[in-house]
Amino acid sequence: MDTAASYNDKVVRQFTIMVVIWGIVGMLVGVVIAAQLIWPALNFDLPFLTYSRLRPLHTNAVIFAFGGSALFATSYYVVQRTCHARLAFGKLAAFTFWGWQLIILLAAITLPLGITQSKEYAELEWPIDLLIAIVWVAYAIVFFGTIARRRVKHIYVANWFYGAFIITIAVLHIFNNLAVPVSLTKSYQIYTGVVDGMMQWWYGHNAVGFFLTAGFLGMMYYFVPKQAGRPVYSYRLSVVHFWSLIAIYMWAGPHHLHYTSLPDWAQTLGMVFSVVLLAPSWGGMINGIMTLSGAWHKLRSDPILKFMIVALSFYGMSTFEGPMMSIKTVNALSHYTNWTIGHVHSGALGWVAMMTIGSIYCLLPRLYNRDGMYSTKLIDVHFWTSTIGVVLYAVSMWIAGVTEGLMWRAVNADGTLQYSFVESLKAVEPYHYLRLLGGLIFFSGMLIMAYNVWKTVSNRKPEPVAVLDPA
Amino acid sequence: MPAFWHWFVVGLTVLFIIWCIWLVSWSAKQGPKNVGDDDLVGHKWDGDLEEWNNPAPKWWLYLYFITIVWGIGFMIAYPGFGNFKGVLDWSSAGQYEAEMQAAAATYEPIYERFAAMDFEALSRDPDANALGRSLYASYCTTCHGSDARGATGYPNLTDSDWQWGSSEQAITTSIYDGRTAVMTPWGQILGSDEAVTNMAKYVRSLSGLEEADETVQAMQQQFTMYCSACHMADGTGNQLLGAPNLTDDVWLYGASIDTIRTTINEGRNGQMPPHGNLLGENRAKILAAYVYSLAQN
Repeated sequence: MDTAASYNDKVVRQFTIMVVIWGIVGMLVGVVIAAQLIWPALNFDLPFLTYSRLRPLHTNAVIFAFGGSALFATSYYVVQRTCHARLAFGKLAAFTFWGWQLIILLAAITLPLGITQSKEYAELEWPIDLLIAIVWVAYAIVFFGTIARRRVKHIYVANWFYGAFIITIAVLHIFNNLAVPVSLTKSYQIYTGVVDGMMQWWYGHNAVGFFLTAGFLGMMYYFVPKQAGRPVYSYRLSVVHFWSLIAIYMWAGPHHLHYTSLPDWAQTLGMVFSVVLLAPSWGGMINGIMTLSGAWHKLRSDPILKFMIVALSFYGMSTFEGPMMSIKTVNALSHYTNWTIGHVHSGALGWVAMMTIGSIYCLLPRLYNRDGMYSTKLIDVHFWTSTIGVVLYAVSMWIAGVTEGLMWRAVNADGTLQYSFVESLKAVEPYHYLRLLGGLIFFSGMLIMAYNVWKTVSNRKPEPVAVLDPA
Repeated sequence: MPAFWHWFVVGLTVLFIIWCIWLVSWSAKQGPKNVGDDDLVGHKWDGDLEEWNNPAPKWWLYLYFITIVWGIGFMIAYPGFGNFKGVLDWSSAGQYEAEMQAAAATYEPIYERFAAMDFEALSRDPDANALGRSLYASYCTTCHGSDARGATGYPNLTDSDWQWGSSEQAITTSIYDGRTAVMTPWGQILGSDEAVTNMAKYVRSLSGLEEADETVQAMQQQFTMYCSACHMADGTGNQLLGAPNLTDDVWLYGASIDTIRTTINEGRNGQMPPHGNLLGENRAKILAAYVYSLAQN
């Protein structure tokens, strides 16, 4: 077949396999640090195994390696299918794959060595940041180049979200990482004090908003209707919630800096726009769930749809919880507690990981010329391990967080604090065990997935798929 | 903030609010349509991807609209529109001051009553000790430990050894103003590695940890010359300088030859940070009495 007449699925396959591998690695590190919180001796007195160095490794691995590979894989697949065109700039697309893997490898080496900018979710030092910027620009050229080649007039809704995510991450990454290098492994931020704090959380919250939300909504808008075999519920709802979401998310960052030296007006704006963000976020959930709603009977036989419906439910739950936590009075209780960790993981495991897993199970057979995964039964087992794991994780951290928040503010009749810090630590210890158990169960599901993926793709020779003519 | 940035913030905020309101009303104005295959938008992608054009749920539009209205109201009430202070005249600094004043009005009388007591009596008063224990748990445990037995470099508060003295004045000052203990390095002055080792042995012998043979005994001359200014000729230390008693077998940094050699070679800088700003005089005294009581059993 003429290559121009077929889709470029090679790069999609490469990223898809890496999703499973990085998912396992990232979550394994998560399990290790959860265990270290219970048994600190598990760092074996080795600097590169200490919690402080493994924690950023965990977050970088799950967000940028696992989540990032999933976004690359699905966006490259979706943009070709919905533009009815082969991916633009094949060599550049290959460069984004190898470049992104190199970045992950460099992160896996430098973070345990303690080489860090000390900015949350932006720990990587300047040479790696430059590489990220280059790969990201290449990604944008490939993606928008393909959009430009499209053979249909309308751009499909999934591509709006992928496109917004790609543009915004470039802006966030570049501005948050502006720094003056002093050596190959050390640089100083150009921002200082509260401005640095504000830049950091403008970046940090939009990493959640655009990397972990907009990008995965793009995934949702392709794979949910595809797997359910039904039309998207409402075009106009997708228009309203898309333009609202990308406009409002930008303002939410200051809610990470409540009751700090950030000026009051900025804290207020952060809080107000976070609350206004509730409805636009739910627009995506409504559109996804209502798209599934004519296909409830399929849930009995299709565990992939189960992944998707639970992912959408967790999305709705997290995007309700987030605005609530951004309200100052609630934040005064929740901030600095494990509640935040619970919130993050109900979003990261419940929404991001489960939507990814469901989409990969839908995508992989198509990439390897099969009717379905090797075992539907194993997908079902994976579904239950994921669901039970995330519920145990989130619930234990909610209870632990509220416990801590209440204990820290409890005051005796004489005005002294009722509990010392270590007493609150002792009170939440049982929930640390429960969290570890939840994480282990979720992680074990990833191993089942790896086996299922292996059995699906081994000995299969993928064949080129012809570009479909527009209807 | 400068006028330009004030109007920049106000302008941008208003613009985005108008944008949201416009989106809500645009969506609400689109007439209702029936759910059904006939109402597909008419686009088709990838063979089978289509879109209905159902109206956004009413409750969702109301929810969106209500949060916008609430947001505008909140920004009128509280500081949000740039330099505009908000009609409630609230500020986080003002809230902090008000809460601190309310707390002072409630609790300061309790502290004053205890602070007026005699120090010895205060250290035996169960209510004062309960208060002191809570203060200790909040402010002191990080360094001195939950059981007050200290750690390497952080004094044990439960023994009878007082680096800076055990009077009301001494303990309160330690807490209120903090302490800085300085032992300068003596390695070069002693001149040789062997002399440092012998001096370490001599110091150990003062607490009976070492047989003092002739070589060690000979170090007494140098001890008198270099060390006695702070630790006194007999090694019993000087609480005015925070120079530890070397004869009581209590070791802040450790008793091994190696540790003492390090102490002599490199010197030590002990730091207790001041807590006066955090506690105030009354609570500093209550806490001092509690710390004193720890060593009285």
